[in-house]
Amino acid sequence: MIEEYLYLSVILFVIGAIGVMIRRNALVAFMSVELMLNAANLALVAFAFQHGSFDGQVASFFVMVVAAAEVVVGLGIIVSIYKTRRSTSVDNANLLNQ
Amino acid sequence: MNVVFWICAPLMVLGGLGLILFRKAVYSALSMALTMVCLAVLYASLDAPFLFAIQIIVYTGAVLMLFLFVLMLVGVDTPDSIVETIKGQRVLSALGALGLLGLMVFSIGGAITTPPTTMEGATVAAGGNVEGVAQLLFGRYVWVFELTSALLITAAVGAMIFAHAQRTKPKLGQKEQAEARMKAYASSGAHPGSLPNSGVFATSNSIATPALLPDGSIAEASVSSTLTERGAQLDSAALKQITADAFAKAERVGAEEDEEL
Repeated sequence: MIEEYLYLSVILFVIGAIGVMIRRNALVAFMSVELMLNAANLALVAFAFQHGSFDGQVASFFVMVVAAAEVVVGLGIIVSIYKTRRSTSVDNANLLNQ
Repeated sequence: MNVVFWICAPLMVLGGLGLILFRKAVYSALSMALTMVCLAVLYASLDAPFLFAIQIIVYTGAVLMLFLFVLMLVGVDTPDSIVETIKGQRVLSALGALGLLGLMVFSIGGAITTPPTTMEGATVAAGGNVEGVAQLLFGRYVWVFELTSALLITAAVGAMIFAHAQRTKPKLGQKEQAEARMKAYASSGAHPGSLPNSGVFATSNSIATPALLPDGSIAEASVSSTLTERGAQLDSAALKQITADAFAKAERVGAEEDEEL
């Protein structure tokens, strides 16, 4: 019964990974990363249910905190890149590569 | 619990597929919102009401709205190029995703052999879900909890630094502005005082009505140049004419009354 939740979490994680790999828009790629984090969260909560302890839920809570901090910094980076380069495509941000 | 799962799971997969397949970023964000809300429902079905609330507040409420705000900032119609810049990237990423899926499915398949313990015992022992989470959060994991506060403060400062735009020219104060005005007066004779205010007529005191000079011509400086460019400037002569007509009528009536006497 918990296995179904784990499979769903795997599917969501893989969808997020595909999004990171194929999308050029930095914002969509970033949302895909969020989806992967959420898939991991679902697995953590499912494991907490399986083992009957709160540790999984607390771990999931911490993941959410880290994700929120990450979103703030990541979106700040995207906005500042957009301000200087007028583009949110990850292909255009190659200044360190030149 | 099973019914909830089988309602939410397809919706979540649909939302996830929408996230990566929609070409418009706003649609992606909205399908992500669908996934997040369904995820919250699944948390509730897994006896995690605290995380259910947090998921809705933090993810759907804060994170996704932040995404939407940034989308508005960078322009919702920034196109996403379809051209592959790395040759064979799609095929390789499909292969990679398949590999990842296979790896994880095989590691999960058959990993759980016992029926779930469920949260019931732990919840009753702790006196509630929130109490149970709080006991761990402020007990065993209190140090991690303290560290997250440092992380959040660092993130907030970082975001402020990213959002901060450096001035390329020093800010002009009152003194500098006054000096610049006097300099302009000395060199080109521009009036250093305030500009004339807009015209006030009996029927209109809009800022779009230009003031009239003593000779009846329009004072250009009395109306904002933006309004003039937009063609929003009102016709002062016509407004003046209304008053003039009214006065003429009143004077005619007065003259007739004088004659009758």
